[in-house]
Amino acid sequence: MSSIHPDQTTAERLAGLRGDPNAPGPDVRGSTGDDGTLIETPGTRAPLVLSDRSIGEVTDIICGYAESAPPKWWLATITIAASVAGIGQFMILYLIITGVGVWGLNNQVDWAWDITNFVFWIGIGHAGTLISAILCLLKQKWRTAVNRSAEAMTIFAVICAGIFPGIHVGRVWMAWMLFPIPNSNGIWPNFRSPLLWDVFAVSTYATVSLLFWYMGMIPDLATLRDRCDARLRAGVKRAFALPMPVGKDLPLPFLPSPDRVGAFVYGLFAMGWRFSSRHWHRYEAAYLILAGISTPLVLSVHSIVSFDFATSILPGWHTTIFPPYFVAGAIFGGFAMVLLLLIPLRELLPNFKDLLTLRHLENMAKIILLTGMMVGFAYSMEFFIAWYGANEFEFAAFANNRVTPIWLDANGAPYWWAYWAMITCNVLSPQVFWFRKLRQNPLVIWIVALLVTVGMWFERFVIIVTSLHRAFLPGEWHMFYPTWVDILTFVGSCGIFLTLFMLFVKFLPVFAMAELKAVMPEADPHADHEGAH
Amino acid sequence: MATIKTAVADYLPGLVARPDPKFVTEDGTRVYGVSCEFETAADAYHAAEKVRDAGFKHWDLYSPFPIHGVEEAMGIRRTILPVISFGAAVTGVLCALALQYYTNLVDYTFIVQGKDPRAWEAYIPVTFELGVLFCAFATLGGMLMLNGLPRFHHPLFNNDRFLKTSDDRFVIAIEAEDDKFDPESTPAMLESIGGSEITLIEDDA
Repeated sequence: MSSIHPDQTTAERLAGLRGDPNAPGPDVRGSTGDDGTLIETPGTRAPLVLSDRSIGEVTDIICGYAESAPPKWWLATITIAASVAGIGQFMILYLIITGVGVWGLNNQVDWAWDITNFVFWIGIGHAGTLISAILCLLKQKWRTAVNRSAEAMTIFAVICAGIFPGIHVGRVWMAWMLFPIPNSNGIWPNFRSPLLWDVFAVSTYATVSLLFWYMGMIPDLATLRDRCDARLRAGVKRAFALPMPVGKDLPLPFLPSPDRVGAFVYGLFAMGWRFSSRHWHRYEAAYLILAGISTPLVLSVHSIVSFDFATSILPGWHTTIFPPYFVAGAIFGGFAMVLLLLIPLRELLPNFKDLLTLRHLENMAKIILLTGMMVGFAYSMEFFIAWYGANEFEFAAFANNRVTPIWLDANGAPYWWAYWAMITCNVLSPQVFWFRKLRQNPLVIWIVALLVTVGMWFERFVIIVTSLHRAFLPGEWHMFYPTWVDILTFVGSCGIFLTLFMLFVKFLPVFAMAELKAVMPEADPHADHEGAH
Repeated sequence: MATIKTAVADYLPGLVARPDPKFVTEDGTRVYGVSCEFETAADAYHAAEKVRDAGFKHWDLYSPFPIHGVEEAMGIRRTILPVISFGAAVTGVLCALALQYYTNLVDYTFIVQGKDPRAWEAYIPVTFELGVLFCAFATLGGMLMLNGLPRFHHPLFNNDRFLKTSDDRFVIAIEAEDDKFDPESTPAMLESIGGSEITLIEDDA
């Protein structure tokens, strides 16, 4: 141990004398090896924070992501993501000024990629709420490592989801008629329609998720504010320089210093939080209440999304299993997206592995396996009821429109590949997690997460398009072919999502710092001073 | 009542005059109180128990995270926030029912797919969602309101060392407003319970 007093260390670090606090240290663990959190000994809990990090070091690591200069990979990613997002926004503009005819919709298939994308994105959001609300009520301490980024992902996915129903209505400027606003026509929305329930469910979900995310961030924003403030008070001079993906930073000395901007902006949103225990008491009560109401909310949202289909009389949609099936699928797809984003961040951001351990990844892999089995059960039960229900139209919707490949049977499904892609990705690929070595390997988890994400998009495509493309009269049968606008709008929504997530990674606390500190051993008020009994 | 007046005076000093200071420094600045630091959550927790037992009322423990069980150590009473949230949820439910009843049954009744518009089941989803929405706003807003936030300046921020509470330091501050506060004995008491860096906090607002 060095003889430097901790306060001196802190003062030097804050004054910028100790360089970047997040300079990557020697990695003793390797990328796939055991980091000590995979123990199975009964009665021993895996540590949540590794490398004997102190509370102060946790602050330094997490704040360091927001404070240090953006790495080149970040600049490259956001440059590409923002460009793709720009293409997506151009496609939306093109759609609005031209009309929904620029999509490949036809008289029969009047919902296709638009609603597929909507359900895909809204489903992804559900994992964030599950982690922040349901795992909070279940007192799962490991959630503190992932809840902030998962909640951020929720908000951004809901933003992407909200785009599609908004623009698919055709006359976008009439979208206000979705809301009960008094108007000169003297009419009101139909509150008995699942589509209107959807408006209320999704907008409530977006708002409550945003409030929950924001409330959780207030103390962490206050930490960032205090660090900016401390640097200003210590007289640390940092000039504004615009980082470039290639080459040197572009100095912009006429702009205020990043610390001044940070103290103002973080300070504004931290609302003057001063870490008082009397405040913490009400804060924890508020957190528990929000978790309590978010739990039924998250279950209601995807149930209501499924009502959009289930309350219709279309074979393939008219199924009572839809609400639980959709909710399980949403959590499944959402956890896949969390893993898809966090596993690369673990490699890219310094010391991330100390806070997000292999145990966390394994836990999430287990949830993927569980929800994947639930989704697989729903697929088979849906098919079973189509047969057992003895409704020939419903059975045809499954057997002839989805399962039987057209090269096996002339009456078979031209969309067989979409159905079997869904089964392969969602039901078969998570089965590898039965093997401990595989569910403990980040690369394997990442590949499965990617497959699941693809599979969940196909699931919505199968539900929507294969049910619609063959109506009761064979004369009405049409295939759906996406246009370049369909494709680029979806790709653009991925760009919007990734851009927002990259901005989050750079400017906001990526971990719930206060919550993470509260589950560390040092936080226990009854801990022995010397750490030994 | 006095508490509300003090709170308003804190926010809008031009509107309500702040009460005269009980203690001032040598150069006449109002004294907010006195603070001390602790290195660990356990030290701060046990010190809080002693401050509570000494009979102080206007004081607080500042910690980077909520310390488990600190309510008992400090003698904090349960918050009424759940009552506010519940009231808001009920309001949201009633608003949703009133909105749907008026728009779909009174002002413009119409029948879709031959279904009786009085069938109440179809009105449940929107009712539930608005109940949750109102409750969420009231919970966040109520938490901030009860905490007296947003409040961007506070005398404690005058102390440079106080900024460390957002990192890994624990601070106990006793306000001069407290009846038991004494500029001589209170700092001595803080020292006796293990606090370091005992600082007089000036209120320069």
